[in-house]
Amino acid sequence: MSAKGAAKDVNAEAARWLERREFENWGEADEAELSAWLAQSWEHRVAYWRLKDAWEHTGRLSVLRPSAPQKTEAPASRKPFRPMLFRIAAATVVIAALGAGAASYYLKDDAPRETVYTTQVGGHQTVQLADGSKIELNTDTVLRARVSAHERLVTLDRGEAYFQISHDPKHPFVVMVGDHRVTDLGTKFLVRRDNKNLEVAVTEGRVQLDTPDGRLQAPVLLTRHEAASVHDNKVFVTRKTALSLTNELGWRHGFLVFDHTTLADAVAEFNRYNQGKLVIADPATARLTMDGTFPIDGISAFTEVAQEVFKLRIERHGEKIVITR
Amino acid sequence: MVEKFETSRGTGLFKPGAPMAASEVEAWFVREVLPMEAMLMHYLHQNWRNKSDIEDLRQEVYARVCEAAQKEVPEKTKAFVLTTARNLLINRVRREQIVPIEAVADLDELEIAIDAPGPERNVMARDVLRKLQGALDRLPPRAREVVTLRRIEGLSRPEIAERMGISEKTVSEHLTNGLCALADMLYGDASDLRGKP
Repeated sequence: MSAKGAAKDVNAEAARWLERREFENWGEADEAELSAWLAQSWEHRVAYWRLKDAWEHTGRLSVLRPSAPQKTEAPASRKPFRPMLFRIAAATVVIAALGAGAASYYLKDDAPRETVYTTQVGGHQTVQLADGSKIELNTDTVLRARVSAHERLVTLDRGEAYFQISHDPKHPFVVMVGDHRVTDLGTKFLVRRDNKNLEVAVTEGRVQLDTPDGRLQAPVLLTRHEAASVHDNKVFVTRKTALSLTNELGWRHGFLVFDHTTLADAVAEFNRYNQGKLVIADPATARLTMDGTFPIDGISAFTEVAQEVFKLRIERHGEKIVITR
Repeated sequence: MVEKFETSRGTGLFKPGAPMAASEVEAWFVREVLPMEAMLMHYLHQNWRNKSDIEDLRQEVYARVCEAAQKEVPEKTKAFVLTTARNLLINRVRREQIVPIEAVADLDELEIAIDAPGPERNVMARDVLRKLQGALDRLPPRAREVVTLRRIEGLSRPEIAERMGISEKTVSEHLTNGLCALADMLYGDASDLRGKP
């Protein structure tokens, strides 16, 4: 039996742990301290679990965007609305862990010097190149970089990467993806290679997309917020909103963001990052659409929403998780 | 000896009668027990007159339920939670000597309540989004602002303090108080139970 009013104090203490974990640089020592506190009693544990779950709820769903009339006035409008940002702090630890564990790179000693960077399924790695450019590799990606005083060439063999290039007109930064060439014209952009398909999206500046020998297509110039997808050597250019681009780049912070996304697409996204594979049993279920923000490895949170919001059934068959009606 | 607790949430099915690993208890608690909170609070309010005890009682029910579940996963969570609550109330009545009449009277009817068809598990999850928005709207304005600035704009503690013109310590207080209130509304709000069998 605990003392009268003890629960209030324990709850407040649990909330302070969560607050610290949310706002402060959370290290191993903090984690150990928290574990010790949790180990003290069941009262501590249940209080912490309960508040932690509540806090996770607030982050999991993007519908939390403030409804217009309640929005705080002038000060809040100083910054553009950026829904992904809040996850940065929480996700930093995760990313660091994944990056260190999953990624490996080695330098070939024979000329020309080429560095290969790889990430495993679920991995994420940020690479700082000698020229000051930065490349972020998403899950299951293979990328080769050759950066010297004379050339800046990156080949994306597989996967997805986000490029933040320090511009140098004399030495254009080139990304090769199969036959296609993406040439930086001062910019931040995303390149994704997925079987035969290629997608390029520009968040800042401009890039040029073409094939070096001119055999397949004429150069296409993409500016900010434009995206090109290439299927069967046909190029489709679309304009994206800043928000949809931010959502597409959610993986940089360890999150998947769905906005009117079909379950089929959501499942395909999760499957890029996880070993356990999700399968949708029927086409009607695949067409349901959803909003939400999930950690990249949050399959359990996702199946929970499928069960509880869509009333779907989840069946496990070994590595496969089948979603049915 | 420091016990290690996993923070990940599993979705594995819990086998009644089997013991659970420490890490599984959290997942079980969040999935099976928390959704019962509105019902539990309703029960405690009906059967215990001293409102200042309710939070303590709830916490103790949770602690005892989890402690027992680690040894053996209960087959029926709802019956298990309510039985634990009832036993706790009975023990309190015995120990405290001063017996609240109403409590005793209601306790007799408890068996029926457990067996009666109640709201199904997870009133909350039925519409997570609506519930979450509703809870957020009902937070005190300053607490809501802190949660929103953190969750939606991703501001740090000093940034929020600057934006709102308050100290960092006050930011922390708004967040911790807000979080406790939010959890009470998310799990414990019985308004969804009213008008249901």
